[in-house]
Amino acid sequence: MSRVQTKGVEKQISLPWREAFRISMRSIVIRFGRAIITVSGVVLGIAFLMSVLTSALASSASGMEMDAAVRARQAWLVAMSIIVCGVGIMNSMFMSVTERFREIGTMKCLGALDSFVVRLFLIESGLMGVVGSLAGILLGFVSMALATSVRRGFGWVAHIRGDQLLEYLAFSMAVGVIVSIAAAIPPAVRAARMPPAAALRIEI
Amino acid sequence: MAVATKDAGAVEYTVRTRDVVKEYVMGKVTVRALNGVTLDIYRGEYLSIMGPSGSGKSTLFNMIGGLDKPSSGSVFIDETDMAQLDASELAWLRCRKIGYIFQTFNLIPVMTALENVTLPMIFAGATSDEMLDRGKELLELVGLGDRLHHKPMELSGGQQQRVAIARSLANDPAIVLADEPTGNLDLKTGKEIITLLKQLNTERGVTIISATHDLKMLDVSDRIVWIRDGQVERVESRESVKLAVGEVEGEEAG
Repeated sequence: MSRVQTKGVEKQISLPWREAFRISMRSIVIRFGRAIITVSGVVLGIAFLMSVLTSALASSASGMEMDAAVRARQAWLVAMSIIVCGVGIMNSMFMSVTERFREIGTMKCLGALDSFVVRLFLIESGLMGVVGSLAGILLGFVSMALATSVRRGFGWVAHIRGDQLLEYLAFSMAVGVIVSIAAAIPPAVRAARMPPAAALRIEI
Repeated sequence: MAVATKDAGAVEYTVRTRDVVKEYVMGKVTVRALNGVTLDIYRGEYLSIMGPSGSGKSTLFNMIGGLDKPSSGSVFIDETDMAQLDASELAWLRCRKIGYIFQTFNLIPVMTALENVTLPMIFAGATSDEMLDRGKELLELVGLGDRLHHKPMELSGGQQQRVAIARSLANDPAIVLADEPTGNLDLKTGKEIITLLKQLNTERGVTIISATHDLKMLDVSDRIVWIRDGQVERVESRESVKLAVGEVEGEEAG
């Protein structure tokens, strides 16, 4: 097997997306407790975002405009909470990488490329982001809707602008997923750099 | 290359090391784990690397297995210089040419026995049907045909190691590297695993290289490399090793 001969076959290592998704989903399920904690960070961050957007929805449904200063302050608060949520995800994923040193080393011994490891971790985080965002959207919308209705009654719900709602839903979803994936990048890169010899280590 | 004509006396080597040195820098101190190891390993042999802790046994094992690069000297696997290979070529090598067995079994906990065995096949791009057929065949070979869908936590240590052995054969490798395969197993199970490895060696002609303290391994090895303080102390063949194995607690130890 000379170097010239391997040139053509070196691209023949692959990790199909379907398999990668399967492995990532299972990894989440087996570490369910940890996953819940990570996901709840996303849920709370996105819930806050969605609640702010819902109050904006309520305002426009009632024909009122929100004060620009109030909106700016709210935007800042939401941005901060999203950052905190991202930091939490990053921390949780770093812990996960450290604990899974042997698994990662073993995969490398079986022939996994660095990019496969990155792919697995980003998919895991992305999936948690999707689930967390959905839960957060629901939680944020319902809680703010109830809070608003205490003062103004439920009448405004009928006048919600469909296009605005859709826009806010998509936006919240996008923010949740993008932050989850972005926050997982440094841990995923750390995982990819794990040497195959890590599989042989006795302790962390 | 291996396809050249062989005369009666020619021997094929799977792994050759030439004056391999490995140094680790730990703060101000440089530790020489390997101090110039030159070794030739024949195709199809069962080789055991034996030595006390700290002898460089594991480091040598890492070199031979393509898990680490030497500080100086060369390692050739099938006449290919490891130092010339880039990351994806090394990954290809680990996927197709070398199978690994670990002391801690190292099965992926989220996957069943069958999925663990077929994982290297996924990397090698096998189709779903091929993978399932071959996976079942390998698990039956190691005696676990009835435990295809069990997860590692549902299997005993010996069974997990058998799955690991089946996994190491997934892509029909030329070399199987075993790092202390019996280290976490009791005497009886350890003996079963060693017997299984020898069986695979003789029946399939796969070269087995094992780093071990386990004296039971001496009995099945074709050659034994004794390593001490980062150097090869001696290499002996099975015939020249005198072994007297006794009984332990009523059970035959070897």
